[in-house]
Amino acid sequence: MTALTLHVPSPRQRIIFGNVLRNEARLTWRQPVGLVGGLALPVALIMIFGNISTFHHKSSALGGLTPFEVYVPVVIMLGIALIAMMALSMPLVSYREQGILRRLSTTPMPSSWLLAAQVVVQASIAVASTLAVLIVSMVAFGAPSPRSPGGVAVAVLLSIAGLCPLGLLVASFAKTANGASVIGRLMFFPMMFFAGLWLPRAEMPTILRDISNYTPLGAAVQAIQDAILQGFPPATPLLVLAGYAVVLGYLAHRFFRWE
Amino acid sequence: MQASALATATGAATVNEPAARPRRHPLAAEIVGLRKVYGDVVAVDDVSLSIAEGEIFGVLGPNGAGKTTTVECAVGLRNPDAGSIRLLGLDPFADRDELHELVGVQLQASAQPAKLRVGEILALYRSFYRDPADLDELIEVLGLAEKRNVYYRALSGGQRQRLSVALALIGNPRIAVLDEMTTGLDPGARRDAWELIRGIRDRGVTIILVTHFMEEAERLCDRVAFIDAGRVVALDTPAGLSARARDTKVVRFVPSAPFDDAILSAQPEVTRVEHDGSRVVVSGTGDLLNTVIIALHDQGVVAHDVGFDTSNLEDAFVKLTGNRLNQDHLEGARS
Repeated sequence: MTALTLHVPSPRQRIIFGNVLRNEARLTWRQPVGLVGGLALPVALIMIFGNISTFHHKSSALGGLTPFEVYVPVVIMLGIALIAMMALSMPLVSYREQGILRRLSTTPMPSSWLLAAQVVVQASIAVASTLAVLIVSMVAFGAPSPRSPGGVAVAVLLSIAGLCPLGLLVASFAKTANGASVIGRLMFFPMMFFAGLWLPRAEMPTILRDISNYTPLGAAVQAIQDAILQGFPPATPLLVLAGYAVVLGYLAHRFFRWE
Repeated sequence: MQASALATATGAATVNEPAARPRRHPLAAEIVGLRKVYGDVVAVDDVSLSIAEGEIFGVLGPNGAGKTTTVECAVGLRNPDAGSIRLLGLDPFADRDELHELVGVQLQASAQPAKLRVGEILALYRSFYRDPADLDELIEVLGLAEKRNVYYRALSGGQRQRLSVALALIGNPRIAVLDEMTTGLDPGARRDAWELIRGIRDRGVTIILVTHFMEEAERLCDRVAFIDAGRVVALDTPAGLSARARDTKVVRFVPSAPFDDAILSAQPEVTRVEHDGSRVVVSGTGDLLNTVIIALHDQGVVAHDVGFDTSNLEDAFVKLTGNRLNQDHLEGARS
């Protein structure tokens, strides 16, 4: 991926990357793990939460917010986490398992472009999923539009940047696509706990919330919740996400196994 | 199959060579002192090969001999521990971008995504190359025309193999490296594949063919290198190699009753007695057939279904290495 960002691609390279990208998009459409888990599931969840009448009552335990308002950011990040940790890693592991990466490495197309194409496809689904959840919450359940759309964009992009390397790391260590799915799930549940899926962050004991602030999904939920309800998010959660993006990105680059 | 995009790769005439390609090099491949070790296992000990442009060069040997590792080093998939490799004058690592344009590879055990169609896979790979082959023609030649819109997962083993050969040729290569190309093909499909390889060679493409099928090497290759235990044990034309084993004769028969092998191996003409199911295979020299029949007769044993061969490539291999080539029990152990 660094090769992509460090030089300006020639027209021919752009065509080749476009073909690889289209191909990955095609495969994602035909084997829609990411579309189901990352897009359909969050939309279904937000529709369920929106139809629970008590979820629209303001709660003092939630700092005057309604449970629905608290869960919109959590559901958005659940979608992004599923995409980054499961949908991104599984195809890459199966490409390696089946010798597809090896075969591609004997062609003039750099294999890293395949990784880049997967990341672009999955990141696009993550953006679409965020928009879908926000639009459903506004149109179907009367949630106000985000106070800081720019803040939402920054929070979502940094979350994608912080979480995708985790998926690439899973892909580095898993030997089979099934293994990747198991490792992904083992990481997903504790991370979602700190995102506030079972216990909203506002109701967490101080110590848990402090930990949560420094987990990728805790910081992500904090950032996007602020952007939706208050305004541009504070620096801390954004810096936490950026830190994960840099450190995990480096590790993923360092440890990614092509065979 | 005449003038086509495929044919432009061959540049049989040096006059009209595309400027982007390196000058025609008399040697397609030059490997000197190649060595590759995996942990404690010496996969390739010391292999040197010179392969001329336009020849079909066979790399032959039993499973685990180091054939695949040798060609994987040659195409830049593995980094050798020692030795130098030049393909068309290019270094597989330093010049990898250029090398990948000019060398097409068919690997063992490499699949494609289950839910891509044959036509999509070929179109994708075709787009990677500067000067690719004609897609429709290649699909036609490899008999994949009616499979074009079929998902990879629905292809038979033979069709997958043909697709994999097509992918090796889609870039219009100057060298095609084919590793166990006909493994898993039925005899008819294997003969078709041989025809195809000859056709490609006739356009000037150099073929490096890794195989453990003697018959394939004998029928197809201009020259053959025998590799055993990571070393080249012989390198010659198939006829030349067979001639080295000229003295060797083989008698095969089914005995009417069990007998002690010693009555045959005690004969001066007999060098080896083996059992192949109910058959007995005796190798030796001189008047081998009569010696065997008479020795058996003395024990009251009659030889049925007698077959008598003079040497072929397989015998040459046995003679040179002391190994049989198709060691089926090793088949599964191959990584």
